[in-house]
Amino acid sequence: MKRALAIMVGAALILLLATLTLVVMPYLQMSAEQVPPDLKPYTEQQQRGRQVYIANGCVYCHSQQPRDPSFAPGDKDRGWGRPSVPGDYAYDEPHLLGTMRTGPDLFNIGARQPSIDWQLMHLYNPKAIIKGSIMPSYPFLFRHVKEPVEGDKVVNIPPPYGPETGKIVATEDALALAEYMLALDHTYPAPTLPKAPPKSDEPKENRAP
Amino acid sequence: MTPTIAILLIITFVLSTVGLLLLIWSIANNQFSHGQDAARTIFSPGEEGHSEDPARPSDQTFTGDNSEQAEAIEARWIADQSSRTAVLTWLSSSVFWLLLGSFFGLASSIKMHLPEFLTASEFLTFGRIRPVHLNAVTYGWASMAGIGVALFLIPRLFKTSLVGGRYAVIGGFIWNIGLVLGLSAITLGLSDGEEWLEFPWQIDILFVLGGALCAIPLLLTAANRKVEHLYVTSWYLMAALVWFPFLFLIANLPFAFPGASGATVNWWFAHNVLGLWVTPIGIGIAYYMIPKILGKPIISYQLSLIGFWSLALFYSQVGIHHLIGGPIPTWLVTLSIVHSVMMSIPVITVAINHHGTMVGNFGRLKDSPTLRFVWIGALMYTVASLQGSMEALRSINVITHFTHYTVAHAHLGMYAFLSFILFGAVYFIMPRLTNWEWPWRKLISLHFWLVSIGILIYVVSLTVAGWKQGVALLDAAMPFMDIVKMTLPALQARTVGGALMTLGHLVFAFHFIAMLMRSGAATEQPTLFRPATKETAQ
Repeated sequence: MKRALAIMVGAALILLLATLTLVVMPYLQMSAEQVPPDLKPYTEQQQRGRQVYIANGCVYCHSQQPRDPSFAPGDKDRGWGRPSVPGDYAYDEPHLLGTMRTGPDLFNIGARQPSIDWQLMHLYNPKAIIKGSIMPSYPFLFRHVKEPVEGDKVVNIPPPYGPETGKIVATEDALALAEYMLALDHTYPAPTLPKAPPKSDEPKENRAP
Repeated sequence: MTPTIAILLIITFVLSTVGLLLLIWSIANNQFSHGQDAARTIFSPGEEGHSEDPARPSDQTFTGDNSEQAEAIEARWIADQSSRTAVLTWLSSSVFWLLLGSFFGLASSIKMHLPEFLTASEFLTFGRIRPVHLNAVTYGWASMAGIGVALFLIPRLFKTSLVGGRYAVIGGFIWNIGLVLGLSAITLGLSDGEEWLEFPWQIDILFVLGGALCAIPLLLTAANRKVEHLYVTSWYLMAALVWFPFLFLIANLPFAFPGASGATVNWWFAHNVLGLWVTPIGIGIAYYMIPKILGKPIISYQLSLIGFWSLALFYSQVGIHHLIGGPIPTWLVTLSIVHSVMMSIPVITVAINHHGTMVGNFGRLKDSPTLRFVWIGALMYTVASLQGSMEALRSINVITHFTHYTVAHAHLGMYAFLSFILFGAVYFIMPRLTNWEWPWRKLISLHFWLVSIGILIYVVSLTVAGWKQGVALLDAAMPFMDIVKMTLPALQARTVGGALMTLGHLVFAFHFIAMLMRSGAATEQPTLFRPATKETAQ
């Protein structure tokens, strides 16, 4: 029993060490990071949209973490934005960094597609906007009505993607999700960016199309 | 930044001193002396040189040459029977979750190239069925089958009956309730939102409870053990059962880790589920099955202990290689990369032992289903782990991160390594518990070829396409939609591979149920006591 116990205690101690280095220390360091002054907390509606994003698993195809152009030039060149810093995620609970790019990075989708109509149309049927897209459509986020009433957000879907009669109206969830998309705009300067040598970076930026 | 570096330096210094002291202590206390004797503890007296594989058609079942040896075999039969209810509870559940998880995986794969497939319902949208697949196969199939096999091996390794098996049965029920609730929660859109941690934390308590209930029989049986040496398999199993509840609890602490530090906790956990939970179980099983079927102890017992401790030390800190290029401190990423590369030490030691023991016995792969599944699994462990070390390097990761390449790698590990070993173990265990022969040996073959060809198509197509995808993503000259189109043939091939694997699982589940119901022709004697004359006729 003594040896069995020694193995288990040893195993637990090693995991404790890993917890210190990979959980506790990063937490201490990153929670001390400065929150960028231009970063706004989510509104109630945006937060609700974030929950819709989580519930429908957008994170399995979309990342929210552009990499440094000196490391992976494609991220910035595709217009996904400057490399993100810990402070950018100060209001993110839970984080949605993502690990897959079946679809593009969304860290700055609000800056790239600032129109709520674009966002709603795209959610109703991505193919209506982007030919060949393999993103699923989300018809359950919309209602099909004969006559929209006062206050309904009507989404005009180009034929042949819309219904033949009646109108498509966004639900509260769809509106919230679209608002969250628009809130994903981190184009402000990041004060806590690691100070990379600026001279070597500048020509690269000029070369970018 | 400076205090962080100072703390890191101090920790490094303290660690190396402690490590040195531990080494001196272990040499002084002869910790390295129990060499090959310990490797032989898995055999009953006189059994060495005899194969044990109840799933093999021409198995020369060893029943003892004298009364003392026969008694030892009889005692092992009693030990096997003692774990029967507990093992069957966990294994039967795992087979159910394997089927469910396979169907959800297949549907997810189809949706990737036919996005209009099943879009009307929110409960079947891609972003929900994909995590249902992952959680069903990880916590349902792999974890439950792993615990089931561990419960079978514990009494064998300690040469005594399983004590407190009913705690494991209760644990199994609680675990199943957790799965039903957790998978329903994801389907209803109540996910916690982090990969590998989707189950709402309230439901996670059930898993911690279920897992802890399985630790009780482990501890009670260990206290009751009748062997002097702890065979290396029991090291892995004990450590895994310590690690899992601890990991699962910390990672699921609600609202503790916001923002970017939440991401580090997320990936610290997610890779530890692989490294400190399913990997030790898989390696541990292979460490038992390979020598047992060959009737030959592993070639180096000392090496296996180095492999164990280095796995514990290095694997526990690799997780942050999932965030290379991400918004977290560089030292953290570098730490994980270093550990990922250091992982080649435990991987190579395990490979020397597993494959070195096989040398000269590869002919046995032809007629032993368990050995074939387990050894191919062990081989894929070597391959997947070395590939993983490579993927952690910044120069490779910049290409493979965010692509299908990683998905192929994950399936190489979780499926070609772990699931193959679990399949092999189930083929070994079931005849022992039900005292019944596998009714249709051709079905074992069919299962093997379906899943082997399936995973081959899966891994090859996604690896190639993922690499091309990663290279293309780095250069904005290629429009994003062109990259998507480029990967489509591979995504279709994945559906073909996945369908073959699912078909294989149907065959496996059918055979498993037939075993439970004791279908097929009755043999005159239970597998264990099958007379040695039988195979001379074949």
